[in-house]
Amino acid sequence: MTTTTATSKKKRHIALGCEGSANKLGIGIIAHDPLTGAATVLSNIRHTFVSPPGTGFLPKDTARHHRAYFVRVAKQALAAAGVSVSEIDCICYTKGPGMGAPLTSVAAGARTLALLWEKELVGVNHCVGHIEMGRAITGAENPVVLYVSGGNTQVIAYAEQRYRIFGEALDIAVGNCLDRFARALEISNDPAPGYNIEQLAKQGGRVLVDLPYAVKGMDCSFSGILTQAEEVVAQMKKGKKGPDGEAITPADMCFSLQETVFAMLVEITERAMAHVGSNQVLIVGGVGCNERLQEMMGAMAVERGGSVYATDERFCIDNGIMIAHAGLLAYETGFRTPLVESTCTQRFRTDEVFVKWRK
Amino acid sequence: MAATEEQQFPLPKILTYPASAPPSLIAQGAEGRLYKTTHLESGLPCALKYRPSKPYRHPILDARLTKARIAAEAKVLDRCYREGVRVPAVYALDAAAGWVMIEWVDGKPVRQGINDWLGERPEDGTPAASEDETPLVDLMKRIGEAVGNLHRTGVIHGDLTTSNMMLKPWASRPSNAGDKAKAVEGDIVLIDFGLATQSSSDEDRAVDLYVLERAFASTHPRAERLFCHVLDSYKPSYKKAPSVIIKLEDVRMRGRKKSMLG
Repeated sequence: MTTTTATSKKKRHIALGCEGSANKLGIGIIAHDPLTGAATVLSNIRHTFVSPPGTGFLPKDTARHHRAYFVRVAKQALAAAGVSVSEIDCICYTKGPGMGAPLTSVAAGARTLALLWEKELVGVNHCVGHIEMGRAITGAENPVVLYVSGGNTQVIAYAEQRYRIFGEALDIAVGNCLDRFARALEISNDPAPGYNIEQLAKQGGRVLVDLPYAVKGMDCSFSGILTQAEEVVAQMKKGKKGPDGEAITPADMCFSLQETVFAMLVEITERAMAHVGSNQVLIVGGVGCNERLQEMMGAMAVERGGSVYATDERFCIDNGIMIAHAGLLAYETGFRTPLVESTCTQRFRTDEVFVKWRK
Repeated sequence: MAATEEQQFPLPKILTYPASAPPSLIAQGAEGRLYKTTHLESGLPCALKYRPSKPYRHPILDARLTKARIAAEAKVLDRCYREGVRVPAVYALDAAAGWVMIEWVDGKPVRQGINDWLGERPEDGTPAASEDETPLVDLMKRIGEAVGNLHRTGVIHGDLTTSNMMLKPWASRPSNAGDKAKAVEGDIVLIDFGLATQSSSDEDRAVDLYVLERAFASTHPRAERLFCHVLDSYKPSYKKAPSVIIKLEDVRMRGRKKSMLG
């Protein structure tokens, strides 16, 4: 945490970011040094809506959760940051993409803060938030970005002031595939289904269950794999034997699914790296905190003479600080979202954002 | 694509036998390594495509993918060659060892040709009013025809990008075009069939076009508006092409929808 001398004039820019595009409500406060551009995280508070095993989070329940916790989380974020309201320059919020009801609930909260404190509003693209936060935390200059979460699977590279999407999932996102697989196995959703799959997979490895492998150029597809995996889970419950004659266990299934889908992700990332001639790769998004994925990506990057950059769950999983950071970058270039335009949109592609703050 | 000189890779076994000319590493793509060597006689250059095992992949999955991909690639190349699609000819292969030896194609990738043409053009991609874009538009049309020819034979490339197309210089047509126009001259030879499959469904063909469209837009944002010429010349290239173009619209919509959740 940085300290500022009370006597000096405004030395740093401060933004408060509100995120709630899925089941995490996050509010964070960030400071930028206008001279060096260095970012300092002042606070990063998150509260997650967890649904019972075997179910997913529904928009209306998630929105209710966000509304119920918004004030509490905002107060915590302010207290933890140790800044007064008057020091804050702008309020940033997730404009999209995401689930409609949770997005609008959090946007209403952000608008309230902006009106109450007489601050400017900045609408932020969620995906750009992930990318910028990943770059700031890891120091990766110009990496190929693999953005993997419950709603998005994209391979992104920066070119000419836009984050261009080189490859993406043609149907469901990889995180959605993992979440729904967890539902089929009735694994706990606490803290996250993907985390529990990862832990369970560590006990697997005895056999590799044959699953489809669907890479199409730089794009990939997960729905067929999910269907097949669900099918095998149904057979497993009836006592299906693996290739070695032993019964298949949930751990074997988690292991096989991870090995297959992560191999696909690493492959499309490698193809994008070869295509743009980069040897840095940055993994962002909730699935990005999976250590097996990071390990596989690392093995690939090392072979290409490069390196992998990843962050931990504080920044990988949806959070308010990334919205504050990306919003503040835009704010510093003069970008504002007038109150009348402070809407949300469920569909908001990464490449729609004009990245004015990068060369 | 450029091979890194500093990095020394162990050669595949097939290249460790004595030869008149030493093999040279041409490119390290995502899929594997491409070596230039000779086939049977020292005057016949050829390309050896080698898929090393990937350290990040589970060994069973790795072996399964490597073998299936080399075998599929050779099979598809052979089919294209017999049907008269411009592709490198297959000389030899060993699928389990992960290599296939193919004809050497002279020339440069289409990607390089387009970039040479675009040069230092301003960002929005609009050419100067005086500029004659015909050579570039012609290239787009040849790309569309090449992809149409491929699809006509029932082959899906699976990874269509401008890096996976070569511009083979015209031997018989002496050109009197300017230097700039020369950058985009030549026959299109499709290469890298590592992800190719055989299919005649509109869906698969449309996805193939979609992959190209997306790769083109992200590689050549300044020439994106010319991509329509690729589709225009694709359309009359074989009988079912118009319905594939219609299907492409569905595939685009499906791709675009993919910005749903955070």
